[in-house]
Amino acid sequence: MELLSGADMLIRSLQDEGIENIYGYPGGAALHIYDALFRQDKVKHILVRHEQAAVHMADGYARATGKPGTVLVTSGPGATNTITGIATAFMDSIPMVVLCGQVASSLIGEDAFQETDMIGVSRPVVKHNLSVRHPQDIPEIIRKAYYIASTGRPGPVVVDIPKDMTSPNERYEYVYPKKVKLRSYNPAIRGHAGQIKKAVDMMLAARRPVIYAGGGVILGKATEQLTELTRLLGYPLTNTLMGIGCYPCSDKQHLGWLGMHGTYEANMAMHHSDLILAVGARFDDRVTNATEKFCPGARIIHIDIDPASISKTVEADVPIVGPVDAVLKEMLSLVKSAKTEPDAEALASWWKQIDEWRAFHGMRYETSPEVIKPQEVVEMLSRLTKGEAFVASDVGQHQMFAAQYYKFDRPNRWINSGGLGTMGFGFPAAMGVKLTHPDDEVLCITGEGSIQMNIQELSTCKQYDIPVKIINLNNQALGMVKQWQDMNYESRHSQSYMESLPDFIKLVEAYGHVGMRIDRKEDLEPKLKEALAMKDKLVFIDIYVDRFEHVYPMQVARGSMKDMWLSKTERV
Amino acid sequence: MRRIISVLLENEPGALSRVVGLFSQRNYNIETLTVAPTEDETLSRLTVTTTGSDKVIEQITKQLNKLIEVVKLVDLTEGSHIERELMLVKLKATGSQRAEIKRTVDIFRGQIVDVTSSVYTVQLAGNSEKLDGFIQAVGTSGVLEVVRTGVSGIARGEKVLSL
Repeated sequence: MELLSGADMLIRSLQDEGIENIYGYPGGAALHIYDALFRQDKVKHILVRHEQAAVHMADGYARATGKPGTVLVTSGPGATNTITGIATAFMDSIPMVVLCGQVASSLIGEDAFQETDMIGVSRPVVKHNLSVRHPQDIPEIIRKAYYIASTGRPGPVVVDIPKDMTSPNERYEYVYPKKVKLRSYNPAIRGHAGQIKKAVDMMLAARRPVIYAGGGVILGKATEQLTELTRLLGYPLTNTLMGIGCYPCSDKQHLGWLGMHGTYEANMAMHHSDLILAVGARFDDRVTNATEKFCPGARIIHIDIDPASISKTVEADVPIVGPVDAVLKEMLSLVKSAKTEPDAEALASWWKQIDEWRAFHGMRYETSPEVIKPQEVVEMLSRLTKGEAFVASDVGQHQMFAAQYYKFDRPNRWINSGGLGTMGFGFPAAMGVKLTHPDDEVLCITGEGSIQMNIQELSTCKQYDIPVKIINLNNQALGMVKQWQDMNYESRHSQSYMESLPDFIKLVEAYGHVGMRIDRKEDLEPKLKEALAMKDKLVFIDIYVDRFEHVYPMQVARGSMKDMWLSKTERV
Repeated sequence: MRRIISVLLENEPGALSRVVGLFSQRNYNIETLTVAPTEDETLSRLTVTTTGSDKVIEQITKQLNKLIEVVKLVDLTEGSHIERELMLVKLKATGSQRAEIKRTVDIFRGQIVDVTSSVYTVQLAGNSEKLDGFIQAVGTSGVLEVVRTGVSGIARGEKVLSL
């Protein structure tokens, strides 16, 4: 029988859970835990410069690997600084466990130094949170936290740990539970067979079908099943921003992504379809535009692990609650054994129509002989890295350009804050990816606004030698804000310019990294190649791009899927 | 439409705040809320009355079910059910009012549970409309204080909400 203190039990539990890296920042209430961490070498701790970045790092790791990320912080400000990161993970259903120190239980409620009610503060943005009340419960609580975070619809779980729970003076028997049983938490393990049968019949009878896939396909590790089903049926597929990589971008059945800045052909196909197969997507407002005008002729099949996602904004005709991989697998075997086949003639004319839409627009932008366009930077990166890099982005115009012009053929490579839209996410997320994928190219595509929200992490990159490539699409303005002001506020650019930008090159050099500035078009390719060739260096590439570029297509506000601006002057 | 949702909840600290938080966070109404432990000490039973369209009520039940500590729930208004609320009312009772109040209390099958020379305290149980009806009958001018428990409910017949 092994006797351990609460702090030692916590670290042992992480070891037994198979956790390799945790990201965090120490402080008073977490010191017993940090001491236990010091006395072992299995769990590696990455010391960040701001707790928000620790959460985004854990998040980037989780998105790239599919495994839950882990964060360790102290009470009070340490804990509250994690909130934006937790909310980011919550909105995108990212599995994560955030361990927070807390003041000693005897002090709780007395407004003690560095006390905040983290259980209360985090409640609206977590899948669940747990509080330690007896040190001997620690192993079970940690097991539960990872179980809840990574099963069903994944999400962040916060564990609040009062300092006295980790005291080195009390020791308890340590046993790590093999299984957790929660009578009130039983995520579905398969879909309803009758509903699946009904859905397949509808799919085979459809004349203008479209598959609409979301981030759930990636989270649910169902890209293979989705790809097989889509190819077998020969139907067009579009995915959400979160679903990028769930189906190969370069495939001819792929229409690009849909919604506010989605492709013309994807939005047109959705609007004119007679059947939508929604897989692990949630009919978010950035996808549907005005829900009352959404796809008027379409019947909807909706597969999701979370019943609350079904018929939340758009009513589903055939709801299927279950894990996407299991449901798609059943659909595949039904389609294979079905006596009927999709109507070849109807499908051919549907594809003819889609190809016309493709030819009409596709993705295009006007190039200029002098000015560097942000889209061409992304296209060039995509070409130079053969579409195989991990690309973490921040939030704004550059995020949309990255998503539109980088050609992802694989899942888990596109790392972005889709639901919450958190500026400052990209850089630390890229760091989290690079740490566990040292041999892969990891890019952070950002802008001069977003990067400054977590730029202090350049220091962390030096300490741990994390050679990510930061591509700063510098348009000297908060581009997306400015675009909306151009379109909706008669170009009154209220607070969307930063009149004093730092010299980013000097700044990154001060942190011990390499900086590069590109402001001439002819330098773009050679300098990008030069930067990418520096495999073991963090390179910050500050690229001066067109200051007046807008992101298109863009759906017209409160319109239907098919109402779009295609450029500053063309509206359909 | 008014609904009564009955929830079996893990009897753990913080569980109630999750339910209440969910309602404000997602912009749902709470009209009444009652909660107390059950015969199984690990479970609490919570009854909430709310209003909303069918779509909103569907979301409320789905979102409640998503809370890890919610074990089971039922929308009692979907079937026949019994609902009760308890009210204590302090009424000004002097002179001829005393006999009049006593008669009204009897008609509503309530009880006078405390008496002073100028005040009656009345206890009344029933559905919410009955309690509203009593207040109307005695007239608000004589009412000194009202306290209501909120609605508790249970399904009729053999249907039970249990593990």
